[in-house]
Amino acid sequence: MGQANDKRLGSVMVVGGGVAGVQAALDLTELGYYVYLVEKSAAIGGAMAQLDKTFPTNDCSL
Amino acid sequence: MEAGRSPNIEILSNADFLGLDGKAGDFTAKVRLRPRYIDADKCTACGLCTTYCPRHLVDEYNEGLAITRPIHIDYPQAVPATYFIDPKACMHLQHGTCKICVPVCRSHAINFDQQPEERELKVGAVIMSPGFGRVPEEALTKYSYGAHPDVVTSLEFERLLNPSGPFKGEVRCLSDKRHPHRIAFIQCVGSRDLGCNNGYCSSVCCMYAIKEAMVAKEHDPECEITIYYMDMRTQGKDFDAAQKRAEEQFGIKFVRAKVADVMPWDKQLKLTYATLDGSHYFEGYDMVVLSVGLDAPADAKNLAKIADFELNRYDFCKTSTFAPLTTSHDGVLVAGAFQGPKDIPESVTQSSAAAGLASALLKAQRGKGVITKSYPAEQEVKADDEVRIGVFVCHCGINIAGVVDVAKVANYAGDMENVTYYAESLYSCSQDAQEVIKQRIKEHKLNRVVVAACSPRTHEPLFQETMKDAGLNRSLFEMVNIRDHCSWVHANEPAAATTKSMDLVRMGVAKARNIRPLPEQNVPCTAKAMVVGGGIAGMNAALNLADQGFQTYLVEKSDKLGGHLLEQHYTLQGDDTPALLKGVIDRVKKNKLIEVFTSAELTAVNGFVGNFTSIITSGSGKSQKEASVDHGVIIIATGGKEHRPETVLGAKLPASKKIVTQQELESQLAGKAKNRAPKSLVMIQCAGSRGDDLAYCSKVCCNNAVKNALKVKEIDPAAQVVVLYREMRTYGYAEDAYREAREKGVIFIPYTMERKPAINAKGAKLEVSFHDPILREEVTIAPDQIALSVGMVPVDTDALSKVLKVPVNENKFYLEAHVKLRPVELPVAGVYVCGLAHSPKPVDEVVVQAQAAAAKAAIPLVKGYVSVEPTVSNVNQDTCIGCGLCESLCPYQAIKIHKVDNKRKAETIVASCKGCGICASHCPTFAISMGGFTDEQISAQIKAFGELQEETV
Repeated sequence: MGQANDKRLGSVMVVGGGVAGVQAALDLTELGYYVYLVEKSAAIGGAMAQLDKTFPTNDCSL
Repeated sequence: MEAGRSPNIEILSNADFLGLDGKAGDFTAKVRLRPRYIDADKCTACGLCTTYCPRHLVDEYNEGLAITRPIHIDYPQAVPATYFIDPKACMHLQHGTCKICVPVCRSHAINFDQQPEERELKVGAVIMSPGFGRVPEEALTKYSYGAHPDVVTSLEFERLLNPSGPFKGEVRCLSDKRHPHRIAFIQCVGSRDLGCNNGYCSSVCCMYAIKEAMVAKEHDPECEITIYYMDMRTQGKDFDAAQKRAEEQFGIKFVRAKVADVMPWDKQLKLTYATLDGSHYFEGYDMVVLSVGLDAPADAKNLAKIADFELNRYDFCKTSTFAPLTTSHDGVLVAGAFQGPKDIPESVTQSSAAAGLASALLKAQRGKGVITKSYPAEQEVKADDEVRIGVFVCHCGINIAGVVDVAKVANYAGDMENVTYYAESLYSCSQDAQEVIKQRIKEHKLNRVVVAACSPRTHEPLFQETMKDAGLNRSLFEMVNIRDHCSWVHANEPAAATTKSMDLVRMGVAKARNIRPLPEQNVPCTAKAMVVGGGIAGMNAALNLADQGFQTYLVEKSDKLGGHLLEQHYTLQGDDTPALLKGVIDRVKKNKLIEVFTSAELTAVNGFVGNFTSIITSGSGKSQKEASVDHGVIIIATGGKEHRPETVLGAKLPASKKIVTQQELESQLAGKAKNRAPKSLVMIQCAGSRGDDLAYCSKVCCNNAVKNALKVKEIDPAAQVVVLYREMRTYGYAEDAYREAREKGVIFIPYTMERKPAINAKGAKLEVSFHDPILREEVTIAPDQIALSVGMVPVDTDALSKVLKVPVNENKFYLEAHVKLRPVELPVAGVYVCGLAHSPKPVDEVVVQAQAAAAKAAIPLVKGYVSVEPTVSNVNQDTCIGCGLCESLCPYQAIKIHKVDNKRKAETIVASCKGCGICASHCPTFAISMGGFTDEQISAQIKAFGELQEETV
C-alpha cells in the first residue's frame, strides 16, 4: 500500500466523510480513480451514523 | 462501511483541509492530520483504555446526552475502528499527568509523542461534501431549549430512540427519567425563519419528524404524539403515503398551527399555539421535540476561501439550475447537503453524479493511480480431499464474551469431526487476527474456515478476502452469527445463549463439511451505452457518458431533442430555459461519441448486463428503418408530461377557455400579447393530485405556481392573484420566492379536502367558491382566468417496462432497486433510470439524477466486465424439465428458457443473478441449486440442529 505516495495521477480529493462523501469516494474508485477522503472528525459516517432508522421505510441506517 | 476496505480510498480522518493550489486536473491540496495519540496499526478497538480513563467528557456523538471519556471511539462500527484521545479533555495532554492508559493498553498502541502531520496531495479534482451545520441557538432558546431539560432537538430525540443511545433506546424525560406520555414536535425550527436569517426550507424535517414519531409510537403505543406544522412538505416519492400511515395507523396527530412559545408548567411544559383562524390554544406536554433545520456548515466560509468558490446568501455552496454540482471554481465540485439542504437519497444521488463529473474531467488519467490487489494462486480443493476445518470463535471484546462462554463454544467445536484447528479470538475482524487466520490456514493445511462472530452482512467480505490472501477459494468460508443471534438477543440468559452458540457452530461446521469452491466469474461488457429519451435527463446522461469516453446511442421518440423542457420558458430562479436548453442540445449534436436517433423507438432488447443487443426502429411507413446495436448498459430517461385529470376537486371541469394549466399559463405569460397577464387569476393547487385524480404529489406544481404568480405580478403589479392550496411545498430555496410572492401581494389561501373549492360556469362567466379560514366564511370570486396545477405523469412506461421487464410502481413510475442507497438503479442489472420517468422533480434534480445514472452506468463500461458473485443459481440440465416456472418468477430476468437439442431447458444468466434462490425453491424437480446454499448443505445444517448435545438436554 503506497501510504506515502501523495503524487498519484488520477486521484480525487473528497472533503467530508458523511454519507455523501463516502458514496462519492466509492463511486470514484469504481470509475478508476484513487481517492483521498478527508474528514474533520475521528471517524467517517457523518450525521447518518447518528440516525437510528430512515424515512419512509424505517430501514436501519448503519 | 465499505469505504474502509477499499485499497483505493485513503481515509484521512482527524484532518483539516488547509489549502488548494493549481488548476483543474492538476491541483495541490494541503491537509493537516491531527494526532490521534493512538497508533492505528496497533489499536484493536478493545475498549479497555476507555474503562480506565478517569476523566469524564460530554459525548458529542450522543448529542451531549451521555458521558464518555477523553480516550474513546464514537460507536463500535466506526471507520477507522481506531480509538482516539480528545486533547481538550485528556489530563496528560492538558496537565502532563495521568497516562494511565499507556500501561493498560495491551497492544502498546498509545503514543503521546504523535505530532500533527502536514501532507501535500496531488489531485485532479475536488468534491466538497462537508454536510450541514447546526441552526443558531436563538432559534431554539425561544422554545425554552436549554432552560428546560425536556425540550430537546430532533437530533437529541434521534439518539434517545437509538438502542446505542443514552437510555439504550428507551425514550425518557431528561428531567426525571420518566417515560413521556405526551410528546409534541414543533416544525420549522431554524428554517423558514427570518429571525435567524434562515429563510429557506430545510426539506427534510417533515420526513424525519414523521419517522421519529412513528418509531416513538413503536416503542410506546400509549404515547400521544402531536406534530405542529405550517405545511407538511412530504413531496418526495411515496412520502405522502408514509404521512398517511403515520396519521391513520399510528394515530399521530397533525395540527396546522404556529407555536408561540413553550413554558415550564408544573412537571410539564405548556405549549401555546395559534391556528390559521387566529385562535390561541395551549396544551401540556411531557416532552417537546424541536424539528431543527439544516444550516450551512460552520466552516463554510473558510472552505470557500481555501478552495476559492462562491457561496449563496445562506452560506451554502452556490451553483446553478442546469449545472447543480459545479462550483464557481473549475475542477471543484459539490455534493450533498452543502449544495442545499436535502435528504439521504438526494445526497447519495448527487455524490454519484459528482463522481461521474470528476471522472469526465480526469478521463486521461483514469486508472493511472489505482492499486490493483493481487492474490496468490488459488489452491485446488478437490471433492475427495480430506476436509480440514478451522473454527475461530470471536469474543468481540465483551460484545459476545460478556454473555456467551466463548471458551466453552470453542472447545466444543474442537471436538467435532473434521475440525483440525480451533481458537478463540478477541476481535476476529482486526487486522492482526486476519494475519493469524492466514498463518493457521498454512500451518494446519486448513481447507474450510468457520468464523463464529457477528453478522455476515458486515464482515463476511473481510474474511473472504483473508481466504483469498491465504490462497483459498472464498466460498470455502462459513460464518456463524453468535452476536446478533445469541449474545444480543439473549443478553439476560447467558447459559442459554452459550448453548445456542454451540448449536449454531455445530450447524455451521456441518455445512462447512459440504461446501465446495465456487468459480469466480467475469462476464465481458460492451463499452457502449444506450440512453432512451432525448429530454434534459437523457441528454445529460448521454453527455456525461460521452465525456467519460464512451460511445452512446440516444433514442428520442419525437422528431427533435429537448423533451418536456421545450414547454418551459423560464425557471423560478430566473433562468432563460430555451437558451440553456439549446446549449445542451447543441453540445449533444456536436459530440462525436453520441449517435442521436430521432423519431425512433426501442422496439426490442435482448441480452443482459454487459451484452445487450437492441433494435431501434426509426421513421414510419416506407422510410421506416431498423438498426441493431450492441451495448453494455441502458439508461431510461423517457420523461413525463403535464397530466390531464378527468376530475378536479372531485368534479368534472366545466368546458371553458378561461381554464388553463400552469404550463399553458406560462406559455401565455412568456408570449408577446399585451394583455397576456390576466387582471384577476385564481390558481388551484393539487388539482387532480394527491388523492384527487392522481394519488401522489408532483413536487413541482407549487414552485411553478409561485413562478407564474410572480410573472403575472411582474407584468402587471395591480393584477389580483389568489392561490388556493393544500400545502405550499416550496421546499429548499424556493421558499424565498414563496415569501417574495406574498410580499408582492399574491394571496395564498389554504383549503382542505373536506372543504374543497368549487368551480362553476355561469354562461361565459367563471366562478370559484371556497372557504376562507381567516374570514371563516364562504367566498365566491369571478376571475378572468383559472390556472390549474395538474401534476405530472410519466410517459410510455407501460410499453418500455414490458420490453425491458423492469417493474413500475402503482403510479407507473419506475421502481428503483433501493430507495435510499441505490436510487438510480433498477432491479435488472445494467438498467438505470433518471428524470421524470423515476418521479416528478424540478430541472436541477433531473440533471443531477441523469448525471448520477450516467456515473453508475459507466462503472461496468470502465471495467470492461461485470463481476459475478459466486452464489448464483445453477441449473442441472439433466433434471430440468423446461417447465419455465423459474423464468416467470425471477425478479431480475436472470433465468431464461432456451432450446437444447429441441428440448426446453432453463439457464441462469449469471451476470444478472442476485442469488435470491426463488427459482431453486420453486423448481418442481429440484434441478436448480444455489451456489453456497445447496440442498445438501442446508440439509446437513438441519440434521446437525437435530443432534442435540447430551449435556444440555
